[in-house]
Amino acid sequence: MDIEMKTAMYPLERRVTVVCGHYGTGKTNLAINLALDSADRGEDVVLIDLDVVNPYFRSADYASELTARGVKVVGPNYANTNLDTPSLPGAVKGALNHPGRVIVDVGGDDAGATALGVYTSTLKDMDPDVLYVVNRYRSLTTRPEEALEILGEIERTSRLKATAVVNNSHLKASTTAETILDSMDFASRVAEESDLSLRFTTVPSHLRDALLNKIPNMYPVDVHVRAPWE
Amino acid sequence: MGEKVLMKGNEAIAEAAIAAGCRHFFGYPITPQTEVAAYMSKRMPKIDGVYLQAESEVASINMVLGAGAAGVRVMTSTSSPGVSLMAEGISYIAGSDVPCLIVNVQRGGPGLGGIQPSQADYHQATKSTAHGDFHMLVFAPSTVQETVDMISTAFDLGDMYRMPAMVLSDGMLGQMMEPVVLPEPKDPDNDSKEWAACGHRNERKHNVVNSLYINPQELEDLVIARYERYAEIKEKHQMAEEYLADDADIIIVAYGSSSRVARSAIDKARKEGIKVGLVRPITLWPFPEKAILKHAEHAKVMLSVEMSMGQMVDDIRLVVNGKVPVEFYGRTGGMIPTPKEVYDQIVRLNGGEQ
Repeated sequence: MDIEMKTAMYPLERRVTVVCGHYGTGKTNLAINLALDSADRGEDVVLIDLDVVNPYFRSADYASELTARGVKVVGPNYANTNLDTPSLPGAVKGALNHPGRVIVDVGGDDAGATALGVYTSTLKDMDPDVLYVVNRYRSLTTRPEEALEILGEIERTSRLKATAVVNNSHLKASTTAETILDSMDFASRVAEESDLSLRFTTVPSHLRDALLNKIPNMYPVDVHVRAPWE
Repeated sequence: MGEKVLMKGNEAIAEAAIAAGCRHFFGYPITPQTEVAAYMSKRMPKIDGVYLQAESEVASINMVLGAGAAGVRVMTSTSSPGVSLMAEGISYIAGSDVPCLIVNVQRGGPGLGGIQPSQADYHQATKSTAHGDFHMLVFAPSTVQETVDMISTAFDLGDMYRMPAMVLSDGMLGQMMEPVVLPEPKDPDNDSKEWAACGHRNERKHNVVNSLYINPQELEDLVIARYERYAEIKEKHQMAEEYLADDADIIIVAYGSSSRVARSAIDKARKEGIKVGLVRPITLWPFPEKAILKHAEHAKVMLSVEMSMGQMVDDIRLVVNGKVPVEFYGRTGGMIPTPKEVYDQIVRLNGGEQ
């Protein structure tokens, strides 16, 4: 898809956006897309990787591609190394005050949100968008009640309230237009029962045309987080 | 069959074990395996199962021995350095003819090594786990779905032959997410086996589960009887997948994550007209000798692709016994070969630039 089309559908409004959710829902891939599209729109963007839970598949693992396309990346001290030490650099606080666009990729569940809690007081003054990412096909959050329970745990741990729900339902390479259409009811119910809006639904770029006008607020994404042989 | 859900390899191991009727898990966390233990700690209390984090791997494998001796379906999981710590207990388990499941989500070594994926524990899993004459069943899945399917096979064959079974995964397969369909759950398999030491209630003579034998002749007889069972397993339970292998001049042998890299490279080489195929061992012990020998009849060369300095390559050479040359390509220390690197090896073996 051409860049103009993709960036025209850019879903972020506020300066600071926090991406959180159950681990494995696809937060990192979404955060990478938001950061790259922001850079393509000519914005000055920083992506902060707060994931100190996952040993692999973190935003910071994609730093060279992100940096090459104009995204500044701030990640855990020992990301990309063999050291299994959860430690965040002092640069995170500075990066939150970055005057351009700020995207924060939070680790999964309440465990991941613990790291976010360190920055709660700073973040509260910034009135950030806090996007709660759901994936109807992700094990243990396939029912709205389960997704709502995890939302509660993340909000309690981080002491931040979600501002919107994002539907990132997919089945990796097996995702079809039906996969996404079949997830809409689930995502709407999570939004409704948490008194939040369903801000947007992600679709793999190659399914954009098939789903145009079939789902509201579509955001086309490319797949960056993948196995080395894919 | 249920519907497709996205699972991390490590979570799938845990859920598949529960579906296979396992209600006893003893372990100790270690990256990149920790999600298995974390998942079990959440699920087991809800289904009347036991999750116990021991004080070390040494303790957890001995708890596995105890639970297995009592006849229940039991497992542990760990990553490379953890298996080294468990070695003594695994030998005791094998010497006591106790079935259990041990999962190794391999990481780079030796020593503390690193937390990135590796296949450098092949020798440890298949031949030098610990002291004494014994084997484990060793299964090597290459997708999250296959991991799920293999867990119950590993439990069942372990029970059938009264021996430990290992699922040899790696950090990449453990951490990556793929769609899976979970099997229908089986009832917990805690029925006491006739040999199990679970209380005789004065209804039968008492059972002894033991690996200490004072009389050397008795010990030799037992080991020989065990090796007769091993021979039957080698005959009946070799598993391998063959991919584009029947007309191939070049046969790549690879398992687990490196087989998926090899498959991508083979697809690219086939588009260039190079006749290359894959034999993917699914059981590492018993080693799939039949599948490899079959293709040694027509292949001009074989290439072992591993995330190690070359371990499985020794077994391939033993099997083909000089019939065809067997070469090796690998990365180690947590590095994964790229499809391009393997493709370049294929081109080299095919006689250079296309």
